[in-house]
Amino acid sequence: MSEVKNIEEVESEIVEEFSLFDSWDEKYEYIIDLGKKLEPLEAEYKVDENKVRGCQSTVYLVADYKEGKIWFRADSDAVIVKGLISMLIRVLSGHTPDEIVEAKLDFIREIGMMSHLAQTRSNGLLSMVKQMKNYALAFKIKTPQ
Amino acid sequence: MITTVALREELDVYSIRKQFPVLSREVKGKPLVYLDNAATTQKPQVVIDALVDYYSNYNANIHRGIHTLAEEATASFESTRDAVTRFINAPSREQIIFTRGATESINLVAYTWGRQNIKAGDEIIISAMEHHSNIVPWQMLCEEKGAVLKVIPFNGAGELRMDVFEELISPKTKLVSIVHVSNSLGTVNPVKDIIEKAHQAGAIVVVDGAQSTVHLDIDVQAMDCDFFVFSGHKLYGPTGTGVLYGKQHLLESMPPFLGGGEMIKEVSFEKTTYNDLPYKFEAGTPNIADVVALKTAFEFINGVGKQKIREHENALLIYATKQLEMIPQLKIIGQAKEKVSVISFVLDNIHPQDAGILLDNSGIAVRTGHHCTQPCMNIFGIPGTIRASFAVYNTKEEIDILVKGLHKAIKMLS
Repeated sequence: MSEVKNIEEVESEIVEEFSLFDSWDEKYEYIIDLGKKLEPLEAEYKVDENKVRGCQSTVYLVADYKEGKIWFRADSDAVIVKGLISMLIRVLSGHTPDEIVEAKLDFIREIGMMSHLAQTRSNGLLSMVKQMKNYALAFKIKTPQ
Repeated sequence: MITTVALREELDVYSIRKQFPVLSREVKGKPLVYLDNAATTQKPQVVIDALVDYYSNYNANIHRGIHTLAEEATASFESTRDAVTRFINAPSREQIIFTRGATESINLVAYTWGRQNIKAGDEIIISAMEHHSNIVPWQMLCEEKGAVLKVIPFNGAGELRMDVFEELISPKTKLVSIVHVSNSLGTVNPVKDIIEKAHQAGAIVVVDGAQSTVHLDIDVQAMDCDFFVFSGHKLYGPTGTGVLYGKQHLLESMPPFLGGGEMIKEVSFEKTTYNDLPYKFEAGTPNIADVVALKTAFEFINGVGKQKIREHENALLIYATKQLEMIPQLKIIGQAKEKVSVISFVLDNIHPQDAGILLDNSGIAVRTGHHCTQPCMNIFGIPGTIRASFAVYNTKEEIDILVKGLHKAIKMLS
């Protein structure tokens, strides 16, 4: 954890990776693969208070605050959603509440996922982002400056 | 192959498709395969033209203006009421109330008849396969009045347990509100039988025809329901149009739902007297344009012929059921003997949402999720289903594309 890249750098990495794909099928195959690889959340965290509202699938999100930085863990019963969460975790985990609150997350639009997934409430990508930012805000307020 | 020939003799689906402009568009670079008709149907050109014609040529507020435009708009609006009257065989046009949709129609009954007649200890019966819009209004009413909501369960095939219904119904039952056709399972419920038994117990019956009106012949007099509700947008008409039919003596006895213009006879600060039916329940400027265009949706359906449409959709249902059953990982949810062209299914170890996203990526529009019937999904122990629902313009080829899309999704997700 010594050299955590900044949020924009990780976003650019993902955008670059996605630029290699020729078709939507390939993008989804990649996201599905990410979803399958995401470490499952322990059962004790799969409780109502960790549920992200606004998703058609069940999504759990946990945030740990260590030494001024937030670490996210999450799980879902839908694998594509899990893959998307995996990307969000890769981008946002290990950053300060300020950085997370400020993150523009343009990569979602740039890899084309905005039009695919964010517009309807059932897909819930925006709900996840909002929930992650809410955690950041909460830690920011709780932590004495 | 034989099926295709037979279909073409009965109904020229390809010429019907040409009447629906949206069906020629592409989604994600592929031809749109629209199989979400139970959510809303697409609109034929005649309906779209009627909307444009209204706004282009005779837009005016109705009923009170004495100028030509107002007269034309009023005549057109009221002629839709006549068309509805004939479409569901209501005894009179005064018994047809325009609303925003089936949901508002049910709420109207709950707020007016319900508040006037339901008392503490009374019982209301619904079924376990109701849409949330036929659960929540009654729950709200029961909470307010201290009444009790009872639920008719269904069997593994998705058919109502009529034996349990007969046990539930009693002199305490004041109202039964039942879905005619289930949106998530496709089951056609034996409403005539339910109505007869409810009437014997002295209860009135609301029939939710949101899913049935486009498929089945509706005769509210033969059915003998007390109220019948449906939405225009599920039968090729515009969104924001709905109908409440009610028996005359009930509608007359009910207090108004909303207060405002149109629903009054005379207003003073001391007392207001209410207008006659149907205007008592149509406060404010109604959705004139959409109601005007709704008439052309009935003309479209009548022009093709409901019987022909039903045969076509039934052939699609049989074909799709057969094709889907050949996918080993697939299980159909809801296999009632009496069904309309709705197939709900789940895939082994695959979340419906994942399948839905990948089908969309193949240009196929299906509905995934709980279909606003969470209690129904809970009974099956599933978070939701994938639902394909067919309309007059769907083809056997589109079912083949769905099956292909499913195979691809299963491969990608396994």
